[in-house]
Amino acid sequence: MDEQPTQAPVIEPGYTFGTVTDKISSIVLTRPTSNGWFMGFGIAFLLTMGLLYAIGYLFLKGVGIWGVNIPIGWGFAIVNFVWWIGIGHAGTLISAILLLLRQSWRNSINRFAEAMTLFAVACAGMFPVLHLGRPWLAYWLFPYPNTMNVWPQFRSPLVWDVFAVSTYATISLLFWFIGLIPDLATLRDRADNRAAQIIYGMAAMGWRGSVRHWARYETAYLLLAGLATPLVLSVHTVVSFDFAIGQVPGWHTTIFPPYFVAGAIYSGFAMVLMLAIPIRKFYGLEDFITERHLNNSAKVMLATGLIVAYGYGIEAFMGWYGGNRYDAFLLWNRLHGPYSFFYYMLLLCNIGIPQVLWIKRLRTSPFWLFVISGVVLVGMWLERFIIVVVSLQRDFVTSSWGMYYPTRWDWMTYIGTIGFFLACMFLFLRVLPMISIFEMRTLLPEAEVKE
Amino acid sequence: MKRTPIYGLMAEFDTPESVIHAARKTYEAGYKKIDAYSPFPIEALSEAVGFHHNFVPLVVLIGGILGGFSGFALQYWIHVINYPVVVGGRPLNSWPAFIVVTFEMTILFAGISAVFGMLALNGLPMPYHPVFNVPRFAFASKDRFFLIIFSSDPKYNAVDTRRFLEGFSPRSISEVPS
Amino acid sequence: MSDSSKNNARPEEVCPGKKGKLDLASLRERVAATKGPEYWRSLEELAGSNEFRAMMHREFPKGASEWVESISRRGFLRLMGASMALAGMTACTKQPMEPIVPYVRQPEEIIPGRPLFFASAFTLSGYATPILVESHTYRPTKIEGNAQHPASLGGTDAFAQASILDLYDPDRSQTITFMGDVRTWSEFAGAIRGPLNIQKGLQGSGIRILTQTVSSPTLKDQLQAFLKTYPQAKWHVYEPVNRDNVYDGARMAFGQPVETIYKLDAADVIVSLDADFLYGGYPGFARYARDFAKRRNPDTGEMSRLYVIESNPSSTGGKADHRLPTRATDIENFARELSTSLGASAAAPAGEHAKLISALNRDLQAHRSASVIIPGDHQPPSVHALAHSLNAGLGNVGKTIFYTDPVNANPVNQTESLKELVADMRAGKVDVLVILGGNPAYDAPADFGFADALKNTNIPLRVHLGLHQNETAELCQWHLNETHYLEQWSDTRAYDGTVSIVQPLIAPLYAGHSTHEILAVLSGSGESSGHDLVQSYWKKQRSAGDFDSFWRKSLHDGWIEGTALSPKQVGAKAAGSAPAQGAQGIEINFRRDPSIYDGRFANNGWLQELPKPMTKLTWDNPVLVGPAMAARMGLEKTDVVELELNGKKVQGSIWVQAGHPENSVTIFLGYGRRRAGRAGTGAGFDAYQLRYSATPWFTTGVNMRKTGEKYLLASTQGYQTMDTQDGDARPQVRETNLEKYRKQPNFAKEEEPPKDGTLYPQLGYKTTYPNYDPKNGPYQWGMAIDLNACVGCNNCIVACQSENNIPIVGKEMVNRGRHMHWLRVDAYYQGDRDHPRAHFQPVPCMQCEDAPCELVCPVGATVHSTEGLNDMVYNRCVGTRYCSNNCPYKVRRFNFLLFQDWDTPQYKMMRNPDVSVRSRGVMEKCTYCVQRINEHRIDAERENRLIGEGEFTTACAQSCPANAIVFGNVGDPNSAVSKLKAGARNYSLLADLNTRPRTTYLAEVRNPNSELES
Repeated sequence: MDEQPTQAPVIEPGYTFGTVTDKISSIVLTRPTSNGWFMGFGIAFLLTMGLLYAIGYLFLKGVGIWGVNIPIGWGFAIVNFVWWIGIGHAGTLISAILLLLRQSWRNSINRFAEAMTLFAVACAGMFPVLHLGRPWLAYWLFPYPNTMNVWPQFRSPLVWDVFAVSTYATISLLFWFIGLIPDLATLRDRADNRAAQIIYGMAAMGWRGSVRHWARYETAYLLLAGLATPLVLSVHTVVSFDFAIGQVPGWHTTIFPPYFVAGAIYSGFAMVLMLAIPIRKFYGLEDFITERHLNNSAKVMLATGLIVAYGYGIEAFMGWYGGNRYDAFLLWNRLHGPYSFFYYMLLLCNIGIPQVLWIKRLRTSPFWLFVISGVVLVGMWLERFIIVVVSLQRDFVTSSWGMYYPTRWDWMTYIGTIGFFLACMFLFLRVLPMISIFEMRTLLPEAEVKE
Repeated sequence: MKRTPIYGLMAEFDTPESVIHAARKTYEAGYKKIDAYSPFPIEALSEAVGFHHNFVPLVVLIGGILGGFSGFALQYWIHVINYPVVVGGRPLNSWPAFIVVTFEMTILFAGISAVFGMLALNGLPMPYHPVFNVPRFAFASKDRFFLIIFSSDPKYNAVDTRRFLEGFSPRSISEVPS
Repeated sequence: MSDSSKNNARPEEVCPGKKGKLDLASLRERVAATKGPEYWRSLEELAGSNEFRAMMHREFPKGASEWVESISRRGFLRLMGASMALAGMTACTKQPMEPIVPYVRQPEEIIPGRPLFFASAFTLSGYATPILVESHTYRPTKIEGNAQHPASLGGTDAFAQASILDLYDPDRSQTITFMGDVRTWSEFAGAIRGPLNIQKGLQGSGIRILTQTVSSPTLKDQLQAFLKTYPQAKWHVYEPVNRDNVYDGARMAFGQPVETIYKLDAADVIVSLDADFLYGGYPGFARYARDFAKRRNPDTGEMSRLYVIESNPSSTGGKADHRLPTRATDIENFARELSTSLGASAAAPAGEHAKLISALNRDLQAHRSASVIIPGDHQPPSVHALAHSLNAGLGNVGKTIFYTDPVNANPVNQTESLKELVADMRAGKVDVLVILGGNPAYDAPADFGFADALKNTNIPLRVHLGLHQNETAELCQWHLNETHYLEQWSDTRAYDGTVSIVQPLIAPLYAGHSTHEILAVLSGSGESSGHDLVQSYWKKQRSAGDFDSFWRKSLHDGWIEGTALSPKQVGAKAAGSAPAQGAQGIEINFRRDPSIYDGRFANNGWLQELPKPMTKLTWDNPVLVGPAMAARMGLEKTDVVELELNGKKVQGSIWVQAGHPENSVTIFLGYGRRRAGRAGTGAGFDAYQLRYSATPWFTTGVNMRKTGEKYLLASTQGYQTMDTQDGDARPQVRETNLEKYRKQPNFAKEEEPPKDGTLYPQLGYKTTYPNYDPKNGPYQWGMAIDLNACVGCNNCIVACQSENNIPIVGKEMVNRGRHMHWLRVDAYYQGDRDHPRAHFQPVPCMQCEDAPCELVCPVGATVHSTEGLNDMVYNRCVGTRYCSNNCPYKVRRFNFLLFQDWDTPQYKMMRNPDVSVRSRGVMEKCTYCVQRINEHRIDAERENRLIGEGEFTTACAQSCPANAIVFGNVGDPNSAVSKLKAGARNYSLLADLNTRPRTTYLAEVRNPNSELES
């Protein structure tokens, strides 16, 4: 435990094993479902239906209903893909890296951060399939024995994507699930209606807390964290390869991997905060998700934000210093081209505004953190828009320059995935402990073994 | 050895300290077939009940190596042996391009073997277990700590063992029917 | 009379949907009421009607137009109609009855899957373009140039290439109709017998025949025979795009109409006075482009020099060494000044163009009898007369210029001719009016009111023969569906008079009839097939010798030996010096549209979507203004302006065209059609409404008013310069002038990278490397494009479209940047926007040896062949579009929606069976016509030999009139393409990316007059 007296505690005093357990499990087991929940879930559900409609229509007509064209072959779909994947990084990062770093304050936010990761990755995973000209053939990107005797082309970053993202999804799921097992056992033992007992019992797989099991469990969990750490870094690196491997000016850059990863963590923590702040308010969990958590997350955002800023800086610098006419023009086009407004907005959202996080009072004010996180999420979306669209818009041969205008279907799909994401979040909050109970127990003073 | 309808004797404690202390003493007293249950991991306790050999890391290592190797082998076989086509003027074995997938496969296999290896070694899933027959055992997943001496232990004897456990003044002692 | 009442009622009857507002109920009734053989026809008309289409359109939410916009619309009713109409037709294509002679092999040797080539000729405004037609089991699928023919040497133009689509146009008129009801051929023959007998007594004084320009000897013969039987009958000729000025100019100069033929390969100095002789549709274009290009190669012999004085940016102006944008009205003055300065040699001319004229003067004097002065068709006769006298004065006649009798069989002033006809109609002198082809109701001069006369003068018998039920057919009782030239026997003349026999490639799809057959009926010689008519005419000509062998040979070669018109001596009279007109106010120019000509091709989707050479616009006709004028009047692209001339008004959208003369606007004829068909109806505005008989080509005093509305024009090239806004200029087209080139021949190679840019070992198939290994096969395909030769005539685009089954996408999709042309011709303007230098650059797939597209395809749908082709495997493509993103040349095209028309049965017959038809969601691109490569590889292997040099070539190269595109085996150092690539001018586009393209360019070298270089 690395409790420094100066800092706010990660869990308010006065709790025992019992009270912690009851408080968290009651949210799922006994507490009545609030109207707020129904309203929120309802809205999210409607948006999800909108998504399904947009997808159905897309499959009926083809990607032509979107704004994509030649030269801008990728539009909203890829922008959203990268955005969601980025958001999906915070969960595993918090669970894995902070675990390895023994940042015990993570214990109260890792569970729903991981859940968020899963849902974000699910949203992200849709887009690469949807944006295909012939989505029903998406499985051709996987290597499987077939009568045509043809295989994927492993030099293509898109195939790397397939492997990276699917691996990431699998590992995150496993990580999240074994984290749940002991708590599922708790719910099994707490639940008083039979159905719940059976369902949670099945999920808990007969976990009984034997110390031998705990020992192996701890090892496995730690190893998984160790594996997830390079993985989480690799995923956005690979995503950045989609661009860096291509030779489009504005894509063909070596700075991309680190700066994409930083950007991912940046947006990831922003999303964590946007979720954590309302949740702790509505479910009265201020004691478990304390000022300290907000403060730390804000610091992470500030740090990664600065790395991202450095990335922008280098891009611009190289455009000017590199002496490549195409990169030089790309820089001009970002600053003065038809989409320059979005570039300035991007700088404002990702670099300008977040600097206020230097002020501690804002770092610890839920309201302002919420707002700033929103700004950052918008900024990160714009970043991907600039990278994808503005780079393609005016590339090498001047005669083939073009413009990109998203259609209603682009927007419907994007907003639809946000709805899907929220809907999943609502369900998760309702049926699973949003905070890792057993890890909270270890944070209690009585858990400390003296002598 | 003789089988009894009793699976073991179970003592319930309030604090980690007490159960660790009890476990140590029991182990020293020569009881080897014992186990303890806690609502959260306690390193000292697992040592106390004499658990030392953990094979999870080995399983993960094997899984990782297997994944990495098969990852690269797959790509090499596809592009050099089974389906050799000229792409973008690159040689058939463009190994730098194959690194990424190799890496991802390593992680994937290692991760999967970590989780399922752990479950397997723990003998999970196991929906039924005699200890669940003890009503108070439900608290093992909340705030109580349990120490059990299995009846299969050669030193086990219904009377002495119960007296021995009472020596630790646990909150309760219950027989676990098998 | 009852007749007239019928007339007024007719439009609705012909096309119920044409009612002002859509009355769905009545439409339903109509469907219910009609039955039997007419069933499908009524349905089709229902579905074809505008209101109905509009209704179908509105049924979908606004913005849903992504898939129901004008061209890709699939009104199910119309579809039903079309397919019922042609049920089973695709199954049973009939070969014509009479023996037709294949170009290469005998028809009885036909092997399914192997195409045959037949020689024929495509005629436009009387001038023939000799062609070979590729036929798959008697389905003509592709037009190729006839390399043997002296008038083209293998080149064609975009119109000839696209004519194949007209044959299969589903909107073609498919039956004979009377008052809109179906009739049979014999019914027609019966119906006109009576009136004709009456006319017999009147010596035919009530008969008027209106034809388009006629150059067919047979038809001329038939018409004259007809006029013998009916001495009082009159034969009128009218086409909106005619050569009246040319013949009147000749009359002015020589007292007789003559054809002027230029020998551009013999000319050192060429001066164009507003003549656009380097674009399709100009008589002899194919040959002129070839000859011109021959003299524009700095590596072989002396380069010619081209001066262009023009009133409207044209591809000819784009090739000029010195281009002077001038208002059309001022060109006469220019010609005058030039002639005076030439007359009095040493005299220093005054006037604004003094510098140019004196330089031009010296240049012409220096190249006496080796220069050409070409007046434009739309310049007044006086300019032609001046040109004739100038050419005579320079001693060009007999050297670079030849005069022959006109190719036109009846070289009257067509405007006058039509004027007469209208006068007679109004005077009630006309009882029988036979309109053989054309669409005068739409394209006659505005002041004639031809349509009105046709409608309201109650001519008892009006017959219209045409390919479409067009605006004129609507106003005639009888409409006869004409045969397409690929369905009929005929003959025609090329620009030099050489006669080609037009042989049918397929039996008439809709049992139509040719002009010859109609005339046969009119002249009472009864039913006789076009074949007999044409053959019997030539039998008369060739009484001597073995006719059959003559006939076979003529059909086989595609032309008749020794029919070229012989040069004739004409004495030039002194050019009548009419005073120069005062040119006040804004000038307006009327030009035929570069894509749809005078409107006859309005329903031809390929031509509608063919980017116009200078503006790159599709599907619309703009109002062109120059940059200076636009700035002065505060006009921008897409501003809608109202043009008002003598009370008549039209509205069009502004397009600011670099190099357009100041204080002048240009509008294009042929748009604003009301009854063109699914593609043409409603596109653009009707410029004919401002076109008066007195001023057919240009006039001044038009009022232009900004309406404040906006109208989006669809351009395929948004950015028409190589300069980027950050002050850089990208060397996409590399150019220098002759002097500099002589000093520094390798100027184009500056950007080339070091040849070893990679850590990987090089693969054997790379020809650019010493370790190129012949065991990878004897063939390494490559292409060289000579930018000096390319005249930007767009022929290659349509040729490619036809060869490779490339779909059209419609205006909206073009606007979204989704046009599908595998081969595009980029037009760039460099320098001062008012006096720019223009460049044309055809861009097919570069077939990079280190192809960026291949690397990023996740499924290996685009991979490299050992012959150096960048293959595209359509069936494997899942449509990530990554390849297109990563293609620096952006030559890949994607089927964003279902662009290909899978339903219309006619198109199924038209498609090239050797090329797979792509569906939705698939990437496609140029493959160097891989189907041709494979066909010839198979032949060669079967005959156990190698493919010979020049044995075949790609579609674009085959028909390129200027021979700018050369394709071949770069593995063979002696092949033509290898030699070109070895030349100094050879460079690759974006070479610094080290993609090593197999398609390379030969840099442009101009030959400016050093006096004018400043």
